[in-house]
Amino acid sequence: MTDAAELLTRTKELLAAHPPAGTDRTEFLKARFDAGLAWVHYPKGLGGLDAPRSLQAVVDAELTAAGAPENDPRRIGIGLGMAAPTILKYGSQELKQRFLRPLWVGEEVWCQLFSEPGAGSDLAALATRAVRDDEGTSHSSEAGSGGDWVINGQKVWTSSAHVARWAILIARTDPDLPKHRGITYFICDMTDPGVEVRPLRQITGEAEFNEVFLTDVRIPDAHRLGEVGEGWKVAQTTLMNERVSIGGSRIPREGGMIGPIARTWRERPELRTHDTHQRLLTLWVEAEVARLAGERLRQQLAAGQPGPEGSGMKLAFARLNQEISGLEVELLGEEGLLYGDWTMSRPELVDFTGRDAGYRYLRSKGNSIEGGTSEVLLNIVAERVLGLPSEPRNDKDVAWKDLTR
Amino acid sequence: MNAQPDLLYSEAEDDLRAAVRSLLSDRGDTAAVLVRAEAGAPYDPELWKALAGDIGAAGLLVPEKLGGHGASHREAAVVLEELGRGVTPAPYLTSSVIATETLLALDTETVEVAELLAALAAGRRTAVLAVPLSASPYGPLPVDAPRVTGVADAAVADVLLVLKSDGLYAVDRASANVEAQTPLDLTRPLAAVTVGDTARATLLADTATAEQAVRRGLLAGAGLLASEQLGLAEWCLEETVRHTRERHQFNRPVGSFQALKHRMAQLWLEVVSARAAARNAADALATGSPEAPLAVAVAQAYSSRVAVHAAEECVQLHAGIGMTWEHPAHLYLKRAKADEVALGTPGRHKEALAELVGLQAP
Ligand SMILES: Cc1cc2nc3c(=O)[nH]c(=O)nc-3n(C[C@H](O)[C@H](O)[C@H](O)COP(=O)(O)OP(=O)(O)OC[C@H]3O[C@@H](n4cnc5c(N)ncnc54)[C@H](O)[C@@H]3O)c2cc1C
Repeated sequence: MTDAAELLTRTKELLAAHPPAGTDRTEFLKARFDAGLAWVHYPKGLGGLDAPRSLQAVVDAELTAAGAPENDPRRIGIGLGMAAPTILKYGSQELKQRFLRPLWVGEEVWCQLFSEPGAGSDLAALATRAVRDDEGTSHSSEAGSGGDWVINGQKVWTSSAHVARWAILIARTDPDLPKHRGITYFICDMTDPGVEVRPLRQITGEAEFNEVFLTDVRIPDAHRLGEVGEGWKVAQTTLMNERVSIGGSRIPREGGMIGPIARTWRERPELRTHDTHQRLLTLWVEAEVARLAGERLRQQLAAGQPGPEGSGMKLAFARLNQEISGLEVELLGEEGLLYGDWTMSRPELVDFTGRDAGYRYLRSKGNSIEGGTSEVLLNIVAERVLGLPSEPRNDKDVAWKDLTR
Repeated sequence: MNAQPDLLYSEAEDDLRAAVRSLLSDRGDTAAVLVRAEAGAPYDPELWKALAGDIGAAGLLVPEKLGGHGASHREAAVVLEELGRGVTPAPYLTSSVIATETLLALDTETVEVAELLAALAAGRRTAVLAVPLSASPYGPLPVDAPRVTGVADAAVADVLLVLKSDGLYAVDRASANVEAQTPLDLTRPLAAVTVGDTARATLLADTATAEQAVRRGLLAGAGLLASEQLGLAEWCLEETVRHTRERHQFNRPVGSFQALKHRMAQLWLEVVSARAAARNAADALATGSPEAPLAVAVAQAYSSRVAVHAAEECVQLHAGIGMTWEHPAHLYLKRAKADEVALGTPGRHKEALAELVGLQAP
């Protein structure tokens, strides 16, 4: 098995062969991927070395110290956190070879075509249809596959769709089955002429997310992940990884949303009141404890004893981000009445703790909605972690086409 | 950069937990605790003998050369988690943590200090600081007080550690006047202590050393109290989940109602967070980290609220039965509420924190 010493040697070799100072950013990242140092727990030949996940830190520390460029995970988070693990688990060898390298390097951005106007929390109710066209296969389809799939429907709140080259997509292949059973999982080419991306402006004034209209979009059968009708199962891999990725990185004290308000407090004594002091200290304590809980989760994962804590961290951070940024606007008083810029734009990445307090306050409202609402996450904790019984349901054994909409 | 705290449990710590848990379940349940508490003698001497002596829990903080087991606050914290789960009346926090840590901060070359430490570590004797349970590591301390009230576990302690203007004294309990008070928390008895002259007392340290040592003892106590609160909260959550899964109303388990599920899920998140805070404090104390005061203040400011919240939810979600004297929920509620005041309220710890991290009051 690959150990820390070997990884360190390989990292040093990489740095020697491609000195960061004199190497083009993308070239360096490609070389890093090929050396198996991108995500060491991935298989050999796919950016990894089949090493324990915990040893990634060894590589990262050495590369950071040497000033090596990063792949900017904020810009390609959906690819790294959701598409990649799903492709790794369900993709053919060709798909893995084709997609993982440009995904990790950041040459190809991914987006997630899951939510629909009628299917948010109840994602399995989705209506976008995928029908197999046995007549023709498109030029892009690979050898050994069945006919193309033809996709029609609408997706919504799709982050990064305007910059994405590829998408993970779930669509209904059998409306006669109960909703969880008639879904299939695909990789969708965002340059297909049938894909139309329209910006969807949000409460911050800009448009991070989009509406995506799919009209006769053709997808080769080779770009299907998992069996036909098994899309819900495949999607669980995507969604689980979405939540695990949160505990992944180490945050320094005051590293999150509490940082800006703590700085303001220290630098601007004239803003202080007794009431805001009490509330700030309470939130500071909660933020520090949440940071420690994230750190503990990270240590559990590294020690190979993943706990169910992952599902909880997102809940904690969503509430904290909202309360802290809300207090910050209030603390700023007259300044809190102003907003940086309402101009409509389409950003490439989200800077959660950047910009002004008003932006942070508004953007953090999404933290308890995106990636599963807090209410839904509480359901998950209650049922899967605590083992509490589910509410009586009336949607499980009904064909999808007979559900009320 | 500071070394990262180890927030997990080691295998040795898991083994220790298993040993303590099995001992506690052998020695009876909360019903037995209640019967003894009502009789005015909540402690179980046999349990203490086994815990302190056989398992060796009393000597965890004491180095081997002083007669202890040379373990650390991390292990003692695990013992406290288990004692919290059982709301077990035992002078562990007061004697094996606070008094022991205080003595360790004195000159341990002194015969009197060394002898007392060895006796505490072996579980042969117990000692408590003659300060109110509510005293925080930061607040005023009773020096030369004619009578100190609210002293926890004074009735079972063999030795009282008393602050006088010329230093810290060890006083035989038998030579002091100890009057039991009626405590909110029946499982941690309180007493008023009157120490007459110090003729029959042993001077252990001078004034300067004494005050510092007592504050260090209280800081360790506050830090590890977070683990007791964690264990307590964990029991409340588990018991509430168990009950609401079994209790049927409206032809379904009450635990299937979302209004209750969300409250329990929220509590779970608080318990998970409290565990991280408690482990962090225990680890900082164990490694002698310069960040220990900060870690302790954070853990206390957070865990006190979690324990109280868990105990309050436990009563409410059990409803009628949770309100009865017979059901153990009230023992947990009373312990949780008393623990919130013990060794500094959350507010006091936040005030301390404001200084430590430079977030000054207006
Ligand atoms: C900033 C942002 C970015 C996003 N990016 C993407 C993306 O890239 N790709 C993508 O596919 N989607 C994305 N989404 C969509 C997101 O996943 C959905 O908004 C989310 O799952 C909630 O669905 P909904 O909006 O339809 O709310 P609804 O499901 O209609 O919920 C309405 C309310 O009902 C509550 N509720 C629903 N069901 C239950 C229940 N069982 N128990 C209790 N309460 C319940 C909800 O918590 C909520 O308060 C994004 C959303 C946001 C805000």
